[in-house]
Amino acid sequence: MSKLLLKGGRVVDPANGLDDELDVLVVDGAIAAIAPELDSEDCDALEATGMIVAPGFVDMHVHLREPGFEYKETIESGMRAAAAGGFCGIACMPNTEPINDHRSVTELILDRASVHRVHVYPIGAVSVGQRGEALAEIGELVDAGCRAVSDDGFPVATAQLMRKALEYTQIFDIVVIDHCEEVSMTHGSVMHEGAVSAELGLRGWPAAAEEITVSRDLILADSVGGRLHLAHLSTRGSMDLVRNAKAGGSRATCEVMTHHFSLTEEAVRHFDTNTKMNPPLRSEDDRQAILDAIADGTVDIIATDHAPHHADEKLLEFDHAPFGIVGLETAIPLACTHLVHAGVIDVARLVEMMSTNPARILGVDRGGLRVDAPADITIIDLDAERAVNADTFESRSSNTPFHGTVLKGWPVATIIDGEVVYSAKESSS
Amino acid sequence: MTDAVAAARETSESSADDGVTLNDDLTSIADLTRDQIELILDTGDHFREISERPIKKVPALRGKTIVNLFFEPSTRTRTSFEIAGKRLSADVQSISASTSSVVKGETLLDTAQNIEAMAPDILVMRHKSAGSADFLARHCSAAVVNAGDGAHEHPTQALLDALTIRQAKGSFEGLRVAIVGDIAHSRVARSNVICLSKLGADVVLAGPPTLMPMHANALGAEIHTSMDHAIADADVVMMLRIQVERGGNLNLPSTQEYFRLYGLTEERLALAKDDAVVMHPGPMNRGVEIASSVADGPRSLIMNQVTNGLAVRMAILFLLAGGGSRNVEATS
Repeated sequence: MSKLLLKGGRVVDPANGLDDELDVLVVDGAIAAIAPELDSEDCDALEATGMIVAPGFVDMHVHLREPGFEYKETIESGMRAAAAGGFCGIACMPNTEPINDHRSVTELILDRASVHRVHVYPIGAVSVGQRGEALAEIGELVDAGCRAVSDDGFPVATAQLMRKALEYTQIFDIVVIDHCEEVSMTHGSVMHEGAVSAELGLRGWPAAAEEITVSRDLILADSVGGRLHLAHLSTRGSMDLVRNAKAGGSRATCEVMTHHFSLTEEAVRHFDTNTKMNPPLRSEDDRQAILDAIADGTVDIIATDHAPHHADEKLLEFDHAPFGIVGLETAIPLACTHLVHAGVIDVARLVEMMSTNPARILGVDRGGLRVDAPADITIIDLDAERAVNADTFESRSSNTPFHGTVLKGWPVATIIDGEVVYSAKESSS
Repeated sequence: MTDAVAAARETSESSADDGVTLNDDLTSIADLTRDQIELILDTGDHFREISERPIKKVPALRGKTIVNLFFEPSTRTRTSFEIAGKRLSADVQSISASTSSVVKGETLLDTAQNIEAMAPDILVMRHKSAGSADFLARHCSAAVVNAGDGAHEHPTQALLDALTIRQAKGSFEGLRVAIVGDIAHSRVARSNVICLSKLGADVVLAGPPTLMPMHANALGAEIHTSMDHAIADADVVMMLRIQVERGGNLNLPSTQEYFRLYGLTEERLALAKDDAVVMHPGPMNRGVEIASSVADGPRSLIMNQVTNGLAVRMAILFLLAGGGSRNVEATS
């Protein structure tokens, strides 16, 4: 019998009404007790005084590059990056090579993922080849282990396909995740269309291109049902659309990315290709709207859109560099710095958006601290302050605009099924 | 030592005494101060004379190597840079690559580093991607001159335009300069707005809304949709080249309609000030953005622009290659 006692931490789990200094006893991978001053006899003890002890964080939007692009990230390196970033689970998008539109690819991903304890939740393609023409065999994908479907990287191509996807997935009670982009408006676009793009002469990406698809999807979900999840929303208009839809009873959920509340279009001024992502960094007004929507509950989830690219791929002209940045190893410090320490939300809301809600939306029995539940736990030192060092990332790629940025609030340990898979102490020694 | 070079050297040394020198690279007007702009214009003024001599060559940059990297087709700008370097006795090599670096299979950085290994003093680059000149400057130790990067900046064009306006009007204070055409895709417009604003002129931008960047007010100019409003009382009217193929037929229905709405005709020019001058960075589409009678008319400064382009580029090469530095021994 293995016993682990987390001593003296501030246990925060809004789903179970917890926010107090408590000990957590883990026995054989499951939580055995949550109470003050538990007996530590026969236990491995982990001192957590002054730390936040939260249910395991889940990143719902990750690009693992295997199969096909292992030079950017493998499933294993992505899982190590997740653990080091404080995540117990990650959902991986289907735009690999081959695309995860067939159960054999899902099975391969889950097989490769067995080397590490981090939970990998594959997301299957909505359409065959993500081409937007025919529905993928979603039943087969779900049977093989997919937890959601998405054509991420692209929007679900047509209103009719989105409608059918929202209808068909009702059989399996999974979400359809949409990347909202009206592509007729974004051809050649590389940054937000705004004051900075006007000055730099870079092709701009209008907020309307996102909001048009958000509107389409909300209307379709309202009309045919199903579970709609809107990925990486980035504009004030999108926040308003989701807020209004929810007020009208919509079940749709949405996520925002850590970089969209941390940076704006201003960061693009020096043509750093690590500020190029899809959707792009938006205006300060959009960023404020995102913060408001995080605070008022409109936003369900914070995710990363972890998108590893090789350094050579980013060392190009801005127009030619690929979209995306890595995010797993900066997500918690960015959220702690810009949301918790900045006074936008409290820790309980952070836990809700990074653990409770993603677990619920993916339909996995995680994201809660209660007796008999599997012991997935993220421990955070809210006061730890240091600069991001991309050279030490576990990820195979280091494409981040945050290298050198001082952030406050870092993960110090990640526990999955009772096993400590990451500890800041060990990794620094 | 020739008189023009001596005068240029004196100008640059006296500016240096006042703390005004150029930066290591010239990638944008945005990075220049008003004093730096004026240093380039003053130096350019001195160099005009060289091109009027029977023997159009001075030894100011003897032993210096200049490489012109043109990743986008260009006749006028490339030729202007080549002749500018040669008139200063630099060794000049031009490389044209009609395809993008990515298509060619070699990255821009690799191309640049290969050239850099041959120790050039100045790299002049035109490229279709905004920011590529800054990218090159970050990774190369040679001085980088931006000869146009996408829709971002074309600083030498703005400087030659400023020199042309200064010659015609004497100063910039209170001047009203109307720039008309495809503002969205125009590096000439962006650099000119910044340059002329720094020099004290008021800039007006006009064009169809489909070719005006969203948030164009961020550029710091007055924005008009109506051509007539834009050129009313203008001192300078600068027309931009229209490329109808850009954006399919979504930006403009036809060149005929464009000419009707925005073409600079003699009748329209009458709305500007009586002594207004007309400019165009070239190449012109006659009958699309400008009537031949205006382009070739008495108020046109279009050929002066080309002549000044040479002088301004000589000035920039001279100042960047250390031709103005007192530490460099006179070479003749």
